Amino acid sequence: MLFNKQLARNLNVCTKCGHHFKLGAKERVEILADPRSFRETDADLSSTDPLGFVDSKPYPERIAAAQAKTGRRDAVITGDAALAGIPVVLAVMDFEFMGGSMGGVVGEKVTRAAERALAERKPLVIVAASGGARMQEGTIALMQMAKTIGAIARLDAAGIPFVTVLTDPTTGGVLASFASLGDIVLAEPGALIGFSGARVTSETIGEKLPTGFQRAEFLLEHGFVDQVVPRDQLKERIGFFLNAFRVAGQDLRWSL
Amino acid sequence: MSMIDRIVGGLRPPAPGSTAGNGHLAADAGLIVDASEMTARRTTPWMAVQTARNITRPHALEVIAGAFERFQELHGDRSFRDDPAIVGGIAELDGRPVVVVGQQKGASTEENIQRNFGMPHPEGYRKAIRLYRVAEKFHLPLVTLVDTPGAYPGPEGEERGQAESIASAIRALTTLATPIVVVVLGEGGSGGALALGVGDIVLALENSIYSVISPEGAAAILFRSATEAERAAQAMRLAAPDLLELGVVDALIPEPAGGAHTDHDATTRAIKTALVAQLDRLARVPVADLLSTRYERFRAFGTILEPPNEAPAPRRPWWARGSVRDLFLRMRI
Repeated sequence: MLFNKQLARNLNVCTKCGHHFKLGAKERVEILADPRSFRETDADLSSTDPLGFVDSKPYPERIAAAQAKTGRRDAVITGDAALAGIPVVLAVMDFEFMGGSMGGVVGEKVTRAAERALAERKPLVIVAASGGARMQEGTIALMQMAKTIGAIARLDAAGIPFVTVLTDPTTGGVLASFASLGDIVLAEPGALIGFSGARVTSETIGEKLPTGFQRAEFLLEHGFVDQVVPRDQLKERIGFFLNAFRVAGQDLRWSL
Repeated sequence: MSMIDRIVGGLRPPAPGSTAGNGHLAADAGLIVDASEMTARRTTPWMAVQTARNITRPHALEVIAGAFERFQELHGDRSFRDDPAIVGGIAELDGRPVVVVGQQKGASTEENIQRNFGMPHPEGYRKAIRLYRVAEKFHLPLVTLVDTPGAYPGPEGEERGQAESIASAIRALTTLATPIVVVVLGEGGSGGALALGVGDIVLALENSIYSVISPEGAAAILFRSATEAERAAQAMRLAAPDLLELGVVDALIPEPAGGAHTDHDATTRAIKTALVAQLDRLARVPVADLLSTRYERFRAFGTILEPPNEAPAPRRPWWARGSVRDLFLRMRI
């Protein structure tokens, strides 16, 4: 038996088996940012409908429904925070909002977060949770991959630390853009992480996939994730890396 | 794009009588830069998908053979194997050496099996990255030819890091210090296409498509049935004129009447004319400016609603607030 309150108190990790259930974006900000240090930015950005997209219902209606459900304007929260005492720019994706899909707003907010990290010379920490690019925004959503990577590449050239945390699930266009490019790439135990959905893959080869395929441990084994870190150790671990990077050449890099 | 225009002149010819002719006409070179010119020739989105996928369309190697001279193919990613779904090497375009990289589909079933239907594995993208670096190192312009249903979605691809290889290829292009012209030949399938698709100028053949997911994939997710692909194609705005309107591509290369597959020679000639003109334009732009305009070109995608950033009005003193103020006013009367 597993009680909700017990689960919530343990950061949505099962007290018996250690299974990591999904954690909301707001809760995740709370466990990563130091108390009262988080200042949200660009909270008011919301999406337009560049294609006039209609499937079973029009895209603006879907957005409105997701906004009503989550109380947020789109699928990522960005802001300034302190993480283990280090000032950082933090972006946390919200799987509850249309599967965390990346459209114009997610692309814009992540890009702005990276640009602010560059301007203020603060490390960037992104927690990814996304099904990929947002279909309803078509090629505009696809171009967000190039847009976010462009900003990340500038961070890279400026020698500013960038840490990504891949949580359940991180797939498609988000994994194939900024989420894979962290100086340090961490993942949560058991998180589904992959380029194409498991259903597509199993249809491609016409057979069932082995258990553990596209899980965090699978990526660790194949060399695409630096560490699989349990949720309660994430903050400490990110803090360790950021501290280490800060010491190396700090006088040169951080006072420029 | 607009900034490149400011530096070297736009794709449009100058207005008649204008003296600002800075090579605009050469740059225009028969390209379609206004989607409204296409209205009469537009087909349905589903027809566009079919034409873009036509197996007899000219594919990368054929375009390279027709539009370039003295092509020498380079093989392998230097760590795993040579991916036959991506081809590339050094060639001469109108007498000048360039690096060319493209996705290669087959013209027959056997060839398609050998080329994996133009669906690259991670090692293909790593080969592409290697060739991008060659272009940068030796200051050669880069031409990429996009034609893929998407990156290969099989388990081998996942094991070898399909997502990471695509992300790295995009990152390499965003910061590559050399002029890049992208040509979408047929099918631009999602991230697997974008790994070759970031450049200073993005052109597309008139009947090509570019999409975030295949119409079949979109239909399977949105309508729970792959047979609704036609409806999905309609909604996705993936045909070349739509891409021109959205700004995803800068100009379209006209195809012969009936489509590129009816006349390969005419198609490759049109591609060559467009490439020579565009590389001429880009050669006049300093590399630092190219990099910043490339950043801005992709930075601009995405329409968002942002409330105006107004500072709140300062709080009035207590005696000037609503009810108290009314009281004062009444007392004065």
